Amino acid sequence: MNITPEQYSQMSKKASPNSPIVKDCLWAFGVGGSICLLGEVLREIYLWQGMEEKDAGLLVSVTLIALSAITTGFGWYCKLAAHAGAGTLVPITGFANAVVSPAIEFSTEGFVPGVAAKMFLIAGPVIVYGTLASVIYGLILFFTGAAG
Amino acid sequence: MQLPHPPVIAAWASAGGKRESAGPLAEGLDLLYEDNRLGQKSWEKAEERLLEETARACMKKASLNPDQIQLALAGDLQAQCTASGYAMRQLEVPFAGLYGACSTMAESLAMAACLSSSGVGDNILAMTTSHFCAAERQFRMPLNYGGMRTPTSQWTATAAGCVLLHPAGQGVQVPSVAFGRVQDLQIKDITNMGAAMAPAAADTLLRYFQDTGKTPADYDVVFTGDLGKVGSELLHELMQQEGVDLTNHQDCGCLLYGDDPTVGAGGSGCGCSAAVLCSHILPALTRGEYHKVLFVATGALMSQPIFLQRESIPGIAHLVELAAPAK
Repeated sequence: MNITPEQYSQMSKKASPNSPIVKDCLWAFGVGGSICLLGEVLREIYLWQGMEEKDAGLLVSVTLIALSAITTGFGWYCKLAAHAGAGTLVPITGFANAVVSPAIEFSTEGFVPGVAAKMFLIAGPVIVYGTLASVIYGLILFFTGAAG
Repeated sequence: MQLPHPPVIAAWASAGGKRESAGPLAEGLDLLYEDNRLGQKSWEKAEERLLEETARACMKKASLNPDQIQLALAGDLQAQCTASGYAMRQLEVPFAGLYGACSTMAESLAMAACLSSSGVGDNILAMTTSHFCAAERQFRMPLNYGGMRTPTSQWTATAAGCVLLHPAGQGVQVPSVAFGRVQDLQIKDITNMGAAMAPAAADTLLRYFQDTGKTPADYDVVFTGDLGKVGSELLHELMQQEGVDLTNHQDCGCLLYGDDPTVGAGGSGCGCSAAVLCSHILPALTRGEYHKVLFVATGALMSQPIFLQRESIPGIAHLVELAAPAK
């Protein structure tokens, strides 16, 4: 065949449909916003119950993580995420889903080589580079004296 | 390779999972499973069972016992082809494993046809399987992970197909086969397998037409295996550039699920073309709806580590010519 990889790359780009970006963004905005709204409602409830500001915030995170883990277990979270995309990925619920889903998936390989070893398959890089970024940020603050 | 004594496909069987059972070809599938686990403890074991049951169904149709089989050629997508190996542990037939990714049905059928034509065995089986859940966890993400699929991605079929070849007799004839050459036009997108495999399908078809002097018009249909919508469009363009108009082309990846929008660009996986071959193409040839067709299954020969090392995806396509039973 008389075709170069560059020509084929162009041809392939033309033949491959793009993701419906406007629809995807609207879904992500709606669902992501709803999860955040749910968090705010929970926070108000915890405050109303007499919790301290700090404890209420912590409980909101714990509740959302628990809800995400449970809905992941029932196979509902991935169904919502198939439409919501970043809307379900970015909030704390997405992180919980990324930990729970491989833990369930690899349970057939046992508790140690399966559940425990594979649990951070997706979340691991986030933890590694998140920690690294915070160390760099801390060093910058230390050397610029901004830490006060 | 023109086979001097065209062997015949005397019997076949196919199986499909839940989604395939709801597809347009469900009627032609011999075994339908509502439970994709098939009552097994893991997805890998479910795939193994899927292949075993399909092979048993094929042998039952031909009234054969496993000890009457001279050789079974099989392969799948699991690492080290364990679905095939473990299914053969149950069947206890002489077994040679093959790996051609999603091209395995055409690869095993072509090799079985060559062996059968040479007269080394009366009963040779060619089969393959794939399972959506087993493939997802090996190549992509855990099933319950909340991710989006791109419009170019394809859906690995939970399906299997098995054919039985005799050196002669009544059945769908295999006059010629062509083993493909690995083609790589530097596609690196793992969610666009159709684009990665289309050059291989075009290359095999072009070489076959050039060698035999035939054209697409000599066939009722030219079937490709799981190029999907994107790969099919690219195949047409590639062929057109070489002056071959492929107007009678159909793709197994598009046939298995019809217009189901949730499967992206179409079906894929070894079982996809195998199930379409055994549920649609072979029955149609037997009924006389088709007289001659080409069956070209395509495979992407990459693995997860190689892909992560940013290598491009090489494709391969093997071709089998099929003719309606002699009257």
